[in-house]
Amino acid sequence: MPRKPLASIISAGCSQFGKLEGRYAREIFSDAVHEAFERCPELSPKRDIKALYVGQMGEAYEHQGHTGPTVTDWAGLLPIPSTRTEGACSSSALALRCGILAIMSGVYDFVMVGGVEKMTHRTTGEVTEYLSMASDYPFEQRSGLTFPGLFGLVAVAHMEKYGTTEEQMAAVAVKNHRHAMLNPKAQMRRETKIEDVMNSRPVAWPLKLFDCSLISDGASCAILSRPELARKYTDTPVNIIGSGHASDTIGLYERNEFTSMAAAIKAAEDAYQMAKLEPDDIDVAEVHDCFTIAEIVAYEDLGFCKKGKGGKLVEDGITSLGGKLPVNTSGGLKAKGHPVGATGTAQLYEIYLQLTGQAEHRQVPNAEIGLTHNIGGNAATSLVHIYERGD
Amino acid sequence: MAISCKKCMKIVIPPRPYCPDCGSSEGDWIQLMGTGTVLTYTIIHVAPQQLAVLTPYVVAIVRLTEGPALPGMVKFVEPRSVQVGMKVQVAYEAATEDGWPRWPQYFFRPA
Repeated sequence: MPRKPLASIISAGCSQFGKLEGRYAREIFSDAVHEAFERCPELSPKRDIKALYVGQMGEAYEHQGHTGPTVTDWAGLLPIPSTRTEGACSSSALALRCGILAIMSGVYDFVMVGGVEKMTHRTTGEVTEYLSMASDYPFEQRSGLTFPGLFGLVAVAHMEKYGTTEEQMAAVAVKNHRHAMLNPKAQMRRETKIEDVMNSRPVAWPLKLFDCSLISDGASCAILSRPELARKYTDTPVNIIGSGHASDTIGLYERNEFTSMAAAIKAAEDAYQMAKLEPDDIDVAEVHDCFTIAEIVAYEDLGFCKKGKGGKLVEDGITSLGGKLPVNTSGGLKAKGHPVGATGTAQLYEIYLQLTGQAEHRQVPNAEIGLTHNIGGNAATSLVHIYERGD
Repeated sequence: MAISCKKCMKIVIPPRPYCPDCGSSEGDWIQLMGTGTVLTYTIIHVAPQQLAVLTPYVVAIVRLTEGPALPGMVKFVEPRSVQVGMKVQVAYEAATEDGWPRWPQYFFRPA
């Protein structure tokens, strides 16, 4: 299948996700960088990596902005150009996109892309407040809408229009917990049952505690190269063959439809078109399950099933390991964790492991084509990337 | 209040200096009726500190009679009795004793 890659992934790294007490974001990022360097000994990072793009959502958590040069320093890569990208929860997929475009421009042969977030040291009240900044302030936040509340609105609309049930949403959490038990870097590695989800306390009805992803610390990164150089530095390159990026209104209320995310649909269409592929071609995917309903909506936006059938897809086990299209083998945001800025490239990391046969007990057999879906806020920013195992 | 675009007749709320559809900067201020129906809603149990005392409370997206939609807290109603399609009416309140929000805030109540 001749298809010119946009860029190649020659290495990737990811920190432990969880409550990493006493560690700064810059420190956690250096863990991910260290792994990426170790996986790629042929590369001389200081000599070869020419630019760094890093996603981080919040300056308030550590009262620290200006992430670019800070993590570049802790990666040992000064004085290369550093850029922090921000798109709420899609900040590091934005970094990935910038890195891809940089490689395609021909200006750099190798770039590092990644993301980081340090959140667990703050109170629930503070985190709720900072996360809500991903939504519209004048109308949504001031009406008392929280971030889970945004997806509560989406959930009720989806339940009303398609009959999606709370049990189907709970099935997403159960699946992702089961997958996370096979991921040593996941934050939450314990089984959860439908009843546990259903009985957990309401956060933004119909979303309950176990419908919501975790507050986490973590970092992830990848090293991208021009495709023709990849083989010199790794025997297992992963090629990026599709990239889609689209925007939507910041306010959910400004849209015509609450049961699907127009920007995600557009980003997916563009990525599939670029890759010359269809949803059926995808072997494994990491999608943005910030809340269980978000994964159900993602299935539909990505064309994995018809509109309204997302609940059935997870219920029938299609998206479980062993099913036809495993989704979130890492455990997803729900169980692996959601250090906001790190999530986009952490999804890439999982697909990288899957396509290079390194996913150990959660390996999808013969995985050749992978997809990542990373949305920011209520998908006001959406990015979809498609990957192919390098031959 | 909203803006009614002189060029393409779109009603823009929240008001903007330039029409999002046609880009025209010429619009008239119009007064909306403040009535609408609930399109979707959620019940907030975990709220930002300043609003914790109000929980559980309902936030809905309301389709205003004139067409556009706005989010808003739905007050003076039993949260579990809110339904999609419910008719509501806008109302206003002065700043709460917490000082947030600081100026008159709109909300909805059953019509």
